[in-house]
Amino acid sequence: MIYVENKDLVIPGQILSDDEYYSGRGTFKENGKVCSSLIGLVSLRNKKIRVIPLKSKYVPKKGDVVIGKINDVRFSMWDVDINSPYSGILPAFEVFGREKKELNKVYDVGDVLFLRVVDVDEIKKAKLGLKGRGMGKFKGGIIVDIAPTKVPRLIGKKGSMINMIKDKTNCKIVVGQNGLVWVKGDEDMEQLTKNIIHLIEAEAHTSGLTNKIKNKLYLAIDGELPPEETPKEEEFVLEKPKLQNFKEELEQEEREAEEKEEKEKEDKPNIAEVIEELRKKTKNKDNSLSLGGNSNNSFILNNK
Amino acid sequence: MSEMIREDGRKFNELRPIKIEAGVLERADGSAYLEVGGNKILVAVYGPRESYIRRLLEPNSGVIRCRYNMAPFSVDDRKRPGPDRRSSEISKITADALRPALMLENYPRSMIDIYIEVIEAEGGTRCAGITAAAVALVDAGVPMKDIVVGCAAGKVNDEIVLDLSEVEDKEGQADVPIAMMPRTGEITLLQSDGDLTEEEFAKAIDLAMEGCRQVSELQKEALMKKYSTE
Repeated sequence: MIYVENKDLVIPGQILSDDEYYSGRGTFKENGKVCSSLIGLVSLRNKKIRVIPLKSKYVPKKGDVVIGKINDVRFSMWDVDINSPYSGILPAFEVFGREKKELNKVYDVGDVLFLRVVDVDEIKKAKLGLKGRGMGKFKGGIIVDIAPTKVPRLIGKKGSMINMIKDKTNCKIVVGQNGLVWVKGDEDMEQLTKNIIHLIEAEAHTSGLTNKIKNKLYLAIDGELPPEETPKEEEFVLEKPKLQNFKEELEQEEREAEEKEEKEKEDKPNIAEVIEELRKKTKNKDNSLSLGGNSNNSFILNNK
Repeated sequence: MSEMIREDGRKFNELRPIKIEAGVLERADGSAYLEVGGNKILVAVYGPRESYIRRLLEPNSGVIRCRYNMAPFSVDDRKRPGPDRRSSEISKITADALRPALMLENYPRSMIDIYIEVIEAEGGTRCAGITAAAVALVDAGVPMKDIVVGCAAGKVNDEIVLDLSEVEDKEGQADVPIAMMPRTGEITLLQSDGDLTEEEFAKAIDLAMEGCRQVSELQKEALMKKYSTE
């Protein structure tokens, strides 16, 4: 017996179903009933119930790209605030290798960096690294703060949303999985982008959001709505993700993450297969994130 | 006897009018505003965040800290600002009442801070504080088993009544505030002040639990309202 439908809004303690369903993330089992532990949206797949949180804190995960701020410079590492209950550390050897340099001459307190989570240890402290394209210190620009759960919506399907904003405002935008967004461009455009990002955060659950945002952007920049018919090739590209669904995207992302976890748990049966699998995964991930087209295949392979 | 009308015109099992609003503060991770009769309470939740107090840190669970504070202008005679014996007690029992519901093991080595500010007080602030704090915790996205809710019952003029007002609390014979998890009916806070017979005590708890269930519906409504329109 199930008491909720897919994509229903549920609150903590709400009974979702009886025994025949499995309890997934965001839920727990008590007295043979599956209950929600969060405020969020139900995701039903096969016989597994999950609740996708509407609000949550970022918990570091291996392989994520994040934006962090240097909190402290220590003897052989930097302390990094990654907008999470757990702080990150950037060891000096991730930056210099075996060379010895003075740390505070490279990155000082207050600098904002684009980083990759290399490892998360048992107490959830994130070890960060700079390997990958576009990683390093940001110069200028502003930081916009959104809920980490809404990051996939801001990026859009295959980066449709973020690319549209980039094109229209001529701003450089970098999105970290921890809910921080770096924006650099004209001062006016920075502010406009910030407002647009907050609008996306607030209306993340509505469908047809990409088009709505597009209209807003055109109105703000050109003072008129975009032409109805789209003769130009590039505008046609922007028109595509019309019916995309935020929740589906979230689900997709969760599914990918889960599959990855499962993969990691399994013993490696065939190394070549695993590598191939990982290569595909990395490619997919890069596409969906569109963070300046990072191709970190080599890096991940080395790690494995 | 159940037809007795109380000083403020309520029936013995009637709550004061309640208004709950979730997510009222922009800078806090979670927040709630609650009015019960003449009480006005604002709750802010920060966290889970990195524990900056080393000695409080738990290796396999998060910790919650709670501060209950009454504004100097919240009562008729000006209250001296700052913590006193009463507010430290309420801070502690609020944290203890909320803790069983929270799944803090999901955030080891972290800390959640709850700040309860009483802007106006008119009796029953500890229960109102717990009710509002639970809503604020949900708003902050803290995983929990159930939304804790608080409500009091008491004895006034030899009658067991629900949700005492300030006058009833002062002139009444007993006050029994409780907090519970409405789904399972587990009681997480039980205090008793005054003289009650065994039967009266049992009756007071039953009445308070019934009150809790009613308040719980309003909590859920407030959360649904906040998140379905957003």
